[in-house]
Amino acid sequence: MEEESDTRKINNSFLRDHNYATEADIISTVEFNSTGELLATGDKGGRVVVFQREQESKTQPHRRGEYNVYSTFQSHEPEFDYLKSLEIEEKINKIKWLPQQNAAYFLLSTNDKTVKLWKISERDKRPEGYNLKDEDGRFRDPSTITSLRVPVLQPMDLMVEATARRVFSNAHTYHINSISVNSDLQTFISTDDLRVNLWNLEITDRSFNIVDIKPANMEELTEVITSAEFHPQQCHTFAYSSSKGSIRLCDMRQAALCDKHCKYFEEPEDPSTRSFFSEIISSISDVKFSHNGRYLMTRDYLTVKVWDLQMENKPLETYQVHDYLRGKLCSLYENDCIFDKFECVWNGSDSVIMTGSYNNFFRMFDRNTKRDVTLEASRENSKPRAILKPRKVCVGGKRRKDEISVDSLDFSKKILHTTWHPQENIIAVAATNNLYIFQDKVN
Amino acid sequence: MFPKGTKRKFSDAGEEAVGGGGGDQGPSAASSSSSSAAAARQSLLDMSLIKLQLCHMLVEPNLCRSVLIANTVRQIQEEMTQDGTWQIMTQALAAAQCPADRLVATEVLCRQTDPAAQAGQSPKPFSEAEQDHLRADSRTGEQVFGTFEIKHPAPPPDPALDELFSDVDPSYYDLDTVLTGMQSAPKMGPYDLLESLSSHGPTALSSSSSCRSDLNELDHIMEIIVGS
Repeated sequence: MEEESDTRKINNSFLRDHNYATEADIISTVEFNSTGELLATGDKGGRVVVFQREQESKTQPHRRGEYNVYSTFQSHEPEFDYLKSLEIEEKINKIKWLPQQNAAYFLLSTNDKTVKLWKISERDKRPEGYNLKDEDGRFRDPSTITSLRVPVLQPMDLMVEATARRVFSNAHTYHINSISVNSDLQTFISTDDLRVNLWNLEITDRSFNIVDIKPANMEELTEVITSAEFHPQQCHTFAYSSSKGSIRLCDMRQAALCDKHCKYFEEPEDPSTRSFFSEIISSISDVKFSHNGRYLMTRDYLTVKVWDLQMENKPLETYQVHDYLRGKLCSLYENDCIFDKFECVWNGSDSVIMTGSYNNFFRMFDRNTKRDVTLEASRENSKPRAILKPRKVCVGGKRRKDEISVDSLDFSKKILHTTWHPQENIIAVAATNNLYIFQDKVN
Repeated sequence: MFPKGTKRKFSDAGEEAVGGGGGDQGPSAASSSSSSAAAARQSLLDMSLIKLQLCHMLVEPNLCRSVLIANTVRQIQEEMTQDGTWQIMTQALAAAQCPADRLVATEVLCRQTDPAAQAGQSPKPFSEAEQDHLRADSRTGEQVFGTFEIKHPAPPPDPALDELFSDVDPSYYDLDTVLTGMQSAPKMGPYDLLESLSSHGPTALSSSSSCRSDLNELDHIMEIIVGS
C-alpha cells in the first residue's frame, strides 16, 4: 500500500473516559460522506455525531484538516411496540449520506425498525426588523405600528441545525441490518433479516418489497439476509448477502419482485476444513461494491473476499483476517463472539481493503502488493500525531518481542465498524466507545 | 462410577438403556474410538440447545443468530442420525416407555432439512418438499422457534429411586429457574416437574409411580438441556 503503516499518524482522536463510558456511548456505525468533508457516527444511545474537517490553515501547517464536532443530535429514541409488547432499541444500526446537492447535508439513519432522513444545515444570519412582530417573536399591538420598515438579515453566530425531514416506518417486521442510497438519488433500500424494501426518498407512507425470503412456515427458515447494497453506478442493480455465505445480484428491471437473482456468488465448501461451525463462519456480515462497481467485497468471520462481478463460482481474492482463531471456534461459539458482525471497507482507489478484528486490532490488505498489516487502535499508543506500529499475533509457542499471543487477545475489544475517506488516506475506526481517526504522515 | 451430582454422558445413558433392552446394539457401539469427538459433539449440541432455548424467550431474538444455531443443531442431528447415536437416544426413550411426543421438541428442532434447500442452490431457499416432509410429522404445530414443551408421560413401572436421586444435581435447578422463570406463560417445564415432585412428600415418593416417571423425564430433559 502506498501509505506505509509506520508513516501513518494519528490525526485526531475523540476519546471519552473509559471509566465513565456507558453502554449508550458504544459506537454502532461510522460513515464518511461522499466528499470526505464530514464524518458521522451513530451510537447505541440513538445519537448521531457529525464531525467536520477543518479548513487547512497556513499558520499551522501540521494541523492538516482535523475533524471537529460539527453537530450532535438525537436521531432515534427508545420506543415501545404495544402490539408485540416489545421495546425497540434506539441504537443506530447504519448511517448513509446522500450526495450533497445544495448547501445542506442529508443523511439517512436507521435503528431496528425505522429509517429517518435528516437535514443538517447551517444558519449564520437571522432576519430582523419585522413590522408585526417584535424581536422576541411576539405580535405587536397594531395600534402602536406607525411606520413600515424593510426587514433585514443580520449576521449571527453560526448555528448548525439537524432536522428530521422524513420518517420511514412500519415497513419492517424484522431488524433492519442495512440501508443503501441508490445512484439515482431518488430511492433507497432498507434490508431486514428476511426482506428488502425499496423507498422513494420523498414518500414515507409507501415502500415496495423487492426481496422476500420469508417461508410460509417459519419452521423452515434456514437462511437470512445479512446485508444489501446498491451498485454504485447502475441504479437497477443491487446485491444482498446471506447467512449461508452466498451473495445474490438482482436486477430490478427484470421483475418488480426480485426473487430470482441474476447472479449467484458462492464458493464451494472446502471439505478439509469442514466442521460444525462451517456455516456460521461462512455467514457474510457485510457486503460492499467497489467504487468502480466492478467488484464485490464480503466479510465473513475469518476472511474478507473480493469477488469479480463476472465470476460467480469463486472469489477473486481471499484474505485471512485472523486465521489464528480457527482453532478457537468452540470457545468463540460459547461466548457468542462467533456471531460478531465485522464490516469491511474499500479505500478510494479500490486498491486497499480494511476490516476489523479483536483486541482493538484492524487489518489492511493491499490488493496489488498482497501485503497486509495489523494495526491497533488503543489509547496507550495513540497520543495525537503518534505513529502506529504494526502488531503481530503469534500462533506458536515461541513469542517474540512485541508479539501478542492468541490466548491474551481481548475479545471484548472488537473493531466492527470502520470507514475510509473517499479520496484520501484517512480512516476512521470505531473501537467500543472511542473513535480514532488516522491519516498519512504529514511532512 | 460417577460421583454424586455429576451428569452422565448421553452415550452412557444410551448404553444403559440398550443394555437393559436386551442387547439391542446400535451401530454406534463400535464408535468408542471416536468417543472424544462424540463427547465434543454432545456438548456442542447441549450448548446449542441452551442458546436456542434462551433465544426463544425473547420476543424478537436476533434472527440471524438463532437461525445459525438451529442449523448447527440440525447438522449435529443429521450426523448423529447417520452414525446411529440419534436412534439409540430415541430407543433409550422408547425403552423407558416414554410417549413419543416427549422428545418432540428436540425432534422438531433437529429435524433434517431438505438437502436441496440446505445447499441453497435454488433462488427460493425454502422448498415445498420440505414443507411436505414437515406435514408428515404428526406435530407440525411445534415450531423450531417455539418453546420446548414437556408433556406429562404415561406412568412407567419400576422404581429405583435412590439411584435416580443421585443423578439429580441441585445446580440444575438454578439454571432451570432461570430458563423457566423467564417464560411468561405458565408451562410445565423441568422446574415445575421438580416442584410437583417435592410437594409429593416422602410417602408419595416411595409409592407413586408417576413420580418416578417425572424423575425419569426430568433426567432426560436435563440431559438434553444441560448435558455433560
